[in-house]
Amino acid sequence: MIVSDIKIDLELDCKGMFCPMPIVQLKKATKNMKPGQVLRLVATDPGSKRDVPAWADKTGNEILDSREEVKEFMFIIKVN
Amino acid sequence: MAIIVHSGTLDKLYPVFMLASTGGSMDMDVHLFFTFWGLNALKKGGMESAKLPGVMSLGTGMMKGKIKSVGVPSLPELLEMTRMTEKVTIYACSTTMAMMDVPKEQLIPEVDEIVGAASFLAIAMDADVQLFI
Repeated sequence: MIVSDIKIDLELDCKGMFCPMPIVQLKKATKNMKPGQVLRLVATDPGSKRDVPAWADKTGNEILDSREEVKEFMFIIKVN
Repeated sequence: MAIIVHSGTLDKLYPVFMLASTGGSMDMDVHLFFTFWGLNALKKGGMESAKLPGVMSLGTGMMKGKIKSVGVPSLPELLEMTRMTEKVTIYACSTTMAMMDVPKEQLIPEVDEIVGAASFLAIAMDADVQLFI
């Protein structure tokens, strides 16, 4: 699957937020999503680089793609 | 995750609620057992009036200002986030309530249960993460 072709169902902007906020927002957002839907998260907290994969691993959601740009971390997450 | 919340100072309550809100968001069952000074945080208005420990208490306002300026939520806001996850249970220690003359009516409505050590230990035995803060 080509990542750029993935349909994003929800954009979650967590720029400027620090731990634990991006994870709490992620939980809040995915709670109302259906299995198979896709969310894109952008965060600036350096902790999110490892925190978001840890969250996905424990909650059974799937990271389809992640990218690190200048002071920004982007994740595309499929909700299961 | 089972946490004994023994301290009621700002610097200790922050890690408690950061771990609880994150744990709940990670679908972990989180159990917070408030005892001794920790119980103060469960009194109405207690969370808002938590200070830094000892002589550092003078710097509480400055610390709260810094916390706010970087966009970190306040303790009451973090408490609300733990409720949102529906995975966090809050217990008040019955003995501490008696020792410190804190009747149930003085506690915030977020307190789920009033229990003793046996209840906490039964939970802690089955928890993968046990902390004392």
